[in-house]
Amino acid sequence: MLKIENLQVKLEEEDKQILKGVTLEVPAGAVHAIMGPNGSGKSTLSYVLSGRDGYEVTGGAAELEGEDLLELEPEERAAAGLFLAFQYPVEIPGVGNMTFLRTALNAQRKSRGEEELSAADFLKLIREKAKSLKIDAEMLKRSVNVGFSGGEKKRNEILQMAMLEPKMCVLDETDSGLDVDAMKLVAEGVNALRSEGRSFLVITHYQRLLDHIKPDVVHIMADGRIVKSGGPELALEVENNGYADILEEVA
Amino acid sequence: MALPKAKADATEARLANLTLPSGGADWAQSARQDALSRLSAMGLPGARDEYWRFTRPDTLNSPAPEQAALFQNDEKPLFEEIERLKIVFRDGVLDRASSDDFELEGLEIETLGDATAKDIHWAKDVFGVLETRGQTPVHRPFGALNTAFATEGLVIRATGNVTKPVSLIYRHEDENSDAMLHLVIKVEQGASLTVLENGPAAARWNKSMEVEVADAGSFHHIRAQGRDHERVAVTHIFARIGAQSLFKSFTLTANGRMTRNEAFIEMAGDEGIAHIAGAALGDGTFHHDDTVFITHDAVACESRQVFKKVLRNGAVGTFQGKILVKEGAQKTDGYQISQSLLLDEDAQFLAKPELEIYADDVACSHGSTSGAIDEDALFYLRARGVPLKQAQDLLTLAFLAEAIEEIEDEAIADDIVERLDGWLSRRS
Ligand SMILES: Nc1ncnc2c1ncn2[C@@H]1O[C@H](COP(=O)(O)OP(=O)(O)O)[C@@H](O)[C@H]1O
Ligand SMILES: [Mg+2]
Repeated sequence: MLKIENLQVKLEEEDKQILKGVTLEVPAGAVHAIMGPNGSGKSTLSYVLSGRDGYEVTGGAAELEGEDLLELEPEERAAAGLFLAFQYPVEIPGVGNMTFLRTALNAQRKSRGEEELSAADFLKLIREKAKSLKIDAEMLKRSVNVGFSGGEKKRNEILQMAMLEPKMCVLDETDSGLDVDAMKLVAEGVNALRSEGRSFLVITHYQRLLDHIKPDVVHIMADGRIVKSGGPELALEVENNGYADILEEVA
Repeated sequence: MALPKAKADATEARLANLTLPSGGADWAQSARQDALSRLSAMGLPGARDEYWRFTRPDTLNSPAPEQAALFQNDEKPLFEEIERLKIVFRDGVLDRASSDDFELEGLEIETLGDATAKDIHWAKDVFGVLETRGQTPVHRPFGALNTAFATEGLVIRATGNVTKPVSLIYRHEDENSDAMLHLVIKVEQGASLTVLENGPAAARWNKSMEVEVADAGSFHHIRAQGRDHERVAVTHIFARIGAQSLFKSFTLTANGRMTRNEAFIEMAGDEGIAHIAGAALGDGTFHHDDTVFITHDAVACESRQVFKKVLRNGAVGTFQGKILVKEGAQKTDGYQISQSLLLDEDAQFLAKPELEIYADDVACSHGSTSGAIDEDALFYLRARGVPLKQAQDLLTLAFLAEAIEEIEDEAIADDIVERLDGWLSRRS
């Protein structure tokens, strides 16, 4: 599904290399996790995959189902099936949450040559999905993420994911700032979306989330590289011993 | 005090071809004569006047207007779906044949000419009176000019809850028209009225609206100033509102070489509410000036000024807004925001927000910002699949939302939003 090869990225404005050759492949239906110390480049990877400005790819490649992601505009990547749940969801005063989602959903459908969803069908769909994430009607009416608590913002990200039904979901620290109940809710939301044709790349600091969303593979990222990959037990090792041992071992 | 020579000359040149209307009743004639005296004493604005620091008055001062090409508007007319009483003006001249009858329950409408010809008329207490009050502490020469010379206009009185809006439709059909129009409006105690205005009106347009809202009355005003690119306009609102009354005014300006919209609002009775808002869209040769002065002279009144401008390609927006809280106007709630969204680096926004407060128990806030589209928000939208242009437009509308929200009637607000959408979608 997602194939990243020797991806190298520097900041556009500064001469600072952040990704120093990331190689990773997430097959269809699989859940991979990326763990790693702060500043190792996890968010940068997610931004570069989704097409944010400010980064320059100096080498390597990233493909979604064989299509060169790096050539596409952010909206084309979304329409191709890529979704990023932001570490810091953006507040957009003046744009209603519903309007936002409907515009996004219909824009994606349109660009794929599908018919737009009617207002009634959309409403039905969003009510159903919002309910399972405990997002009430009032929250749907408010401006995107404005006045939302940290947990509400993260649930809102998952709601967007559920509505847009992407093929490749990248979750950037969706668990950070969540209490146990909120995390369960988010994990349930993610698990409900798991399917044969859908893959996940879950970026997290903590084993906690991975208790709920069982990964097939865990990667450790440090200083812009994947330094170790393994099974779910790798996450446990990090949880118990921190990163120091692993980093020493690969140094 | 004698006027500086440049001012005296400009004023004299402007007045040379104008004659005071005749045929009015004594009260009207003396109101006009007084206005002319005021104007002669204050003179037309000069480039050095503090109140005209951001806006050059030349195009408004010149004896004759510059030619303004007519604009072929292919959109369906604004407010078309709204049940209303339509009154049509062509280049500032009433077209009675194209207008509805002036008949609506709770409403009296006369032409300015008819009303000012009557020896006894309620308009005596409003016509030129509110404008005169608006000349202190700052001169508004084009307001005085209008009182003195406007022959066209309407005198409107609401005595009850007027169910349909009065819709003034301003057509611009003569490339050289120089029009003045004067509205005198009174909303009686407990009555309510909505006035809609739309259209580019004239090559050069000077419109003045004096509005008295009695206690517990409510007045809504929504206007759109047309899509013509070359027209120039100066407009005034002079309002005095009573206890527990409501005054709301919203203006949409898209295009227009030069627009100065002034508003002078006095809150004269306790617990009154006055909101004034504007959304301006400028692309290219566009200078748009909102100049607002709200005086709190009673207890527990609320005022809001919400002005938003979207500017690109050399367009200029300006805002001068003041909240004056007089001694004794306790529990005043005053709010003022002026913001511009600059879509490129050629656009410019100049703002002078002011508070002047002589009471101690008040809550007043004001803010002014100028900036580009939020890149983080733009990326967030695109990352969800919204194409760049659509995302920019969505954020532009979001920027304007706070001003649009000042329109209470949903159908009217939708109509205005459709115009904004249209303006944005015509630009790449
Ligand atoms: N736009 C940016 N400007 C400056 N530094 C940046 C920017 N984006 C990322 N970095 C730097 O790149 C490194 C990796 O950051 P990030 O990808 O956010 O790491 P992580 O998500 O793993 O914590 C950090 O040193 C961070 O400071
Ligand atoms: Mg991060």
